[in-house]
Amino acid sequence: MIEVGGLVALYVFMLAAVAGYEVITRVPVILHTPLMSGSNFIHGIVVVGAMVALGVAETPLEQAIGFVAVLLGAANAVGGYVVTERMLDMFKSSKKEDG
Amino acid sequence: MSVVVQLSYFVASVLFIFGLKAMSSPVTARKGVMWAGVGMVVATVATFAHPSVGMENLSLILIAIVLGGAFAWYTALKVQMTEMPQMVAVYNGLGGGSAGAIAAVSLLQGARADEGSVAAAMGSDAAVLGLLGAVIGSVAFSGSMIAWAKLDDRLKKSTLVENHQWWNVALAAATLLLAIWVFHTGSGFPILLFFIAALALGIFITVPIGGADMPVVISLFNALTGLAVGFKGYVLGNLALIIAGTVVGAAGMLLTVLMAKAMNRSLMNILFSGFGAAPAAAES
Repeated sequence: MIEVGGLVALYVFMLAAVAGYEVITRVPVILHTPLMSGSNFIHGIVVVGAMVALGVAETPLEQAIGFVAVLLGAANAVGGYVVTERMLDMFKSSKKEDG
Repeated sequence: MSVVVQLSYFVASVLFIFGLKAMSSPVTARKGVMWAGVGMVVATVATFAHPSVGMENLSLILIAIVLGGAFAWYTALKVQMTEMPQMVAVYNGLGGGSAGAIAAVSLLQGARADEGSVAAAMGSDAAVLGLLGAVIGSVAFSGSMIAWAKLDDRLKKSTLVENHQWWNVALAAATLLLAIWVFHTGSGFPILLFFIAALALGIFITVPIGGADMPVVISLFNALTGLAVGFKGYVLGNLALIIAGTVVGAAGMLLTVLMAKAMNRSLMNILFSGFGAAPAAAES
């Protein structure tokens, strides 16, 4: 198993933050809302953490809260994806001529 | 953890970063969403092989994924195009709530672990980042729900109490003190109070903000949820969560500033104009 120790994690945090900043520096205004929606979808990865949290839950209270975590995380991922797709669909039909 | 699971998380992280990159150009935006979608499926499927996801709660996990997914699928397809911003707020809020709930499970386990305190059971670093993620996730959850209610015209009030700014300061201070208590505690009661304070803080911060400024605020909460997810990744030792969450946190923060700039407003002006310190938001 790969340990995510304190310092290694600090480097990962730093590099990921730089990557996040750099990849969207040239975004046009018209894409602001779809990009917000798309990044909202990406943090739906929280569902993976929720699955692990529910997986290790032992008491009924922990199971109940873990269940809610997976429920909300899955809704974040699925809803985020569908909404982003629908936004970009509209974008395509109004902005592009070739189908 | 098996190599296959780790490699799947790696692939997912790469797909997320390049997907986001592709999403910031009109020509490649659709491809970008698809890449990120593939990454999400890869990571989720791989997690079923994660050693922590044993047989015991497997059926609960499956039921929760199906119910949550079906609800979101249905509402996302049904919503009108004009109502998209508030739906983004809702799904973002749910993600923040999920991060908060994960934190609650970790903190409760820490309190139950018979080590004297949450900090001793989890390790001080994980406890601090867990608490930080819990606050941010909870604020993003309740704040996003208020943003949704405002945009959906279900909530028209812009003040809950007299002297709103002092209430915000008091709630922030209370949340901080409760977080310190949770850090040192071995019982569940302060954890409950801590989450109530954090959720109330999100409500009190968001209510004074005008409806016209809400898209910027939703973008801010989106960035905050990303950050909370990144912190959860540290607590759970999951690199995919750290990378995806932090990338969204940074990208979302930049996007928030860009959106505020496109409206000819500064972020500070949007956030604090409702507090009475700066001129009130122009909503005519």
